[in-house]
Amino acid sequence: MIEEIGRTTEGDLIINIGPQHPATHGVLHLVITLNGETIKKVEPHLGYIHRSIEKMCESLSYRQFIYVTSRMDYLSSHINNHACALCVEKGLQIEPPQRAQYIRVIMDELTRIASHELWWGAMAMDLGAFTPFFHAFRERETITDIMEKTCGARLTMNYMVPGGVMAELHPGFQRDVERFIQLYKSKFEEYSELVTGNVIFQNRMKSVGVLSKEDAISYGCSGPVGRASGVSCDIRKLYPYDIYNKVEFDEITETEGDSYARYVVRLKEIQQSIRIIEQLLGNIPEGDFQAKTKAVLKLPKGEFYQRVETARGELGVYIVSEGGTTPYRIKFRSPGFSNLSALEHMVKGLKIGDLIAAMGSLDLVIPDIDR
Amino acid sequence: MFLKDYIKDVYGAVSSLLKGMRMTGYYFTHHKEIITEQYPDNRETLKIADRFRGEVVLLHDENNEHACTGCSACEIACPNGTIKIINKFDISPEGKKKKAIDTFVYHLELCTMCNLCIEACPTDAIKMAQTFEHSVYDRSKLTKKLNNEGSKLREGIE
Repeated sequence: MIEEIGRTTEGDLIINIGPQHPATHGVLHLVITLNGETIKKVEPHLGYIHRSIEKMCESLSYRQFIYVTSRMDYLSSHINNHACALCVEKGLQIEPPQRAQYIRVIMDELTRIASHELWWGAMAMDLGAFTPFFHAFRERETITDIMEKTCGARLTMNYMVPGGVMAELHPGFQRDVERFIQLYKSKFEEYSELVTGNVIFQNRMKSVGVLSKEDAISYGCSGPVGRASGVSCDIRKLYPYDIYNKVEFDEITETEGDSYARYVVRLKEIQQSIRIIEQLLGNIPEGDFQAKTKAVLKLPKGEFYQRVETARGELGVYIVSEGGTTPYRIKFRSPGFSNLSALEHMVKGLKIGDLIAAMGSLDLVIPDIDR
Repeated sequence: MFLKDYIKDVYGAVSSLLKGMRMTGYYFTHHKEIITEQYPDNRETLKIADRFRGEVVLLHDENNEHACTGCSACEIACPNGTIKIINKFDISPEGKKKKAIDTFVYHLELCTMCNLCIEACPTDAIKMAQTFEHSVYDRSKLTKKLNNEGSKLREGIE
């Protein structure tokens, strides 16, 4: 802890990055101990955007609590809602119709692409490049338009309900998604021209923030951060939910574990997501989009756990039910919290500029960490 | 050998930078590729999706009649206490008491546009409107009364 403001007893400088700092992507507060420009210690201080979502959910019914989870990891809100809907379905022992499962997976993957796109732009901006941000938002805008047409909202959709999805797809959905895929494929070259191939970018990313496979496992890193260190941790492959066991896609793993590996994993994951969407888009079966459920949902007494792969990693939803209409206790295992805990290990001994590069490559969403 | 690597590095760096600059220059000279919308100026041509959730409205027809029976299903479904329905009892010509809404209170400042009330409504009386410019100077203006003055329940809806 800090003994004296400004300096430690050894004479090292203590500075704050955040909570209001553009590089922390939100209200993350890092207390850094510096020897010259070398980082000796990084201490994240959390709680600036703690809204006690877990406690709030205890007073909401099983239909109502899903919408709150959009506000956790707001960039993959569909996937959060999906996890909650799946967990409630597990308790009710109902299976959503095939059509709903197809729609859910397509929406999940579109959200993942949108999230990675935004990360790509923000990452480049952290490292000082401003233009890529607009290129990323151009493609992302197409996805948010699709979301707006079908779900009615651009970021906090609340489209998944227990037993299926809330509404039928928009009539022009298939055409819109096809147009997006076409646009993305034609623009993908620009990504490597602008950023990936850039020598400044590569020098700042390569062998910065290295996380070994063992450390990634012991810190509980998941998602692209874990996979960049060579940990096979894709929940879609390991514990498939809905129709992920029917689609073909590769689990992207890299072995270097540095910031550049995390960058490469995310860019390749976008292409795998497009591969999944292409497989499903033409084959959405006809039928209902929602299973018939009672007006008031009551889960039987017991404990239910469901994990899904969000854009950031493994999200776990744990519901304890006493048999009533509201959950007795809800716990979310958020991917961002575990990934952030590995930050100190990654940047110890590096310079301040490398901290920004390493932190950017973790893809932190602060409301997800605090909840 | 050292000099050769050095020159190679410099060449690689310059060429990758020029590649990026070429991209920027392309967009600088091709105005057709611009996708930014000039928002306040293009209000007339702005296209909002049909399902966009802007605010909850109670639908009235040309006879100033609505379909809300005052069953409070939307009030129960709402997670934030956005909707409050105050009922009254009309006395029909035959002397029977009949439940009807007196005021449909809607707190726009509390609403998160989750669509659960519209899903819950058994008579499709309410719907989401596509308005989005909700800023006002006074917070009390955000509390709205959705039923029109003198409106009544449409015939045949129970």
